[in-house]
Amino acid sequence: MFLVPDLVVRFFHRMASPPHFYAFSERLMPWLVVIFMLLAVTGLYGGLYLAPPDYQQGDSYRIIYIHVPSAWMSLFIYVVMAIAGAIGLIWRIKLAEIVMISSASVGASFTFIALVTGSLWGKPMWGTWWVWDARLTSELILLFLYLGIIGLYGAIDDKRTASKAVAILALVGVVNIPIIHYSVEWWNTLHQGPTVAKMDKPSIHVSMLTPLLLMALAFKVYYAIALILQARVELLQRERNSQWVKTKAVEEGGL
Amino acid sequence: MSLQEFLAMGGYAFYVWTSYGICLVVLLANVVIPIIQRKNFLRQQGLKQKRQDL
Repeated sequence: MFLVPDLVVRFFHRMASPPHFYAFSERLMPWLVVIFMLLAVTGLYGGLYLAPPDYQQGDSYRIIYIHVPSAWMSLFIYVVMAIAGAIGLIWRIKLAEIVMISSASVGASFTFIALVTGSLWGKPMWGTWWVWDARLTSELILLFLYLGIIGLYGAIDDKRTASKAVAILALVGVVNIPIIHYSVEWWNTLHQGPTVAKMDKPSIHVSMLTPLLLMALAFKVYYAIALILQARVELLQRERNSQWVKTKAVEEGGL
Repeated sequence: MSLQEFLAMGGYAFYVWTSYGICLVVLLANVVIPIIQRKNFLRQQGLKQKRQDL
């Protein structure tokens, strides 16, 4: 505790309070949208227009600019979700539970995008939409984990109990994350090995790498935007009987 | 490079643009749906509130 400045501690205490989180996220939103737009526009311009075609794959490789960042996000969001789940499980912090469940739909979306764009890239390059190789199969299991989490949460009426069950499922599912990451090294698969995240320098030219990293950042900011929007709905529904939600409903309910 | 050349994506137009299209639709849905949900929820609660006040 001594290592963390008082200001940071106070910030997190305030954020754990639902009305403060709601108000703060509302003020943050326009900034996030502007940053996302800047990153996405420059990333797409660099990736679709400035970067040269690949010497083997031609222009088909340009799918990389959404495929790889989506796949990264599918893993990243799962880890965030599991950590939030653990925090909710241990300290019973309502906001941690909300971050957990609000992440699930965004994570499922990115997993879906990674799988579909991978399929659309695989057809012209590998000659097939799908193979049961280790990387593809473990990513598909990730999608099922996300969907299982969303389904389980919806099936239990009491949302505190639902959060507990979901957190346990999310934590058990974490074993799949290193399997996905190392699948291309452990098994000899059709999916190629890592290009960017490896020990020596990335085997991709800077003109292709820069837009990729910009898109990865853009997707991170997008996650923050989607997470906040989803969390606010979840928060309002859970706190429907509290005074601040009632006031908000009268103010913004269009009456 | 002409616009037509750009859109053709070296013959891979279908694969590239379908990927980007699906990505756009899914990402848009993820922000539009919660915004609609929030508006609906607040309107419902606001009406409920009004009924109770009467």
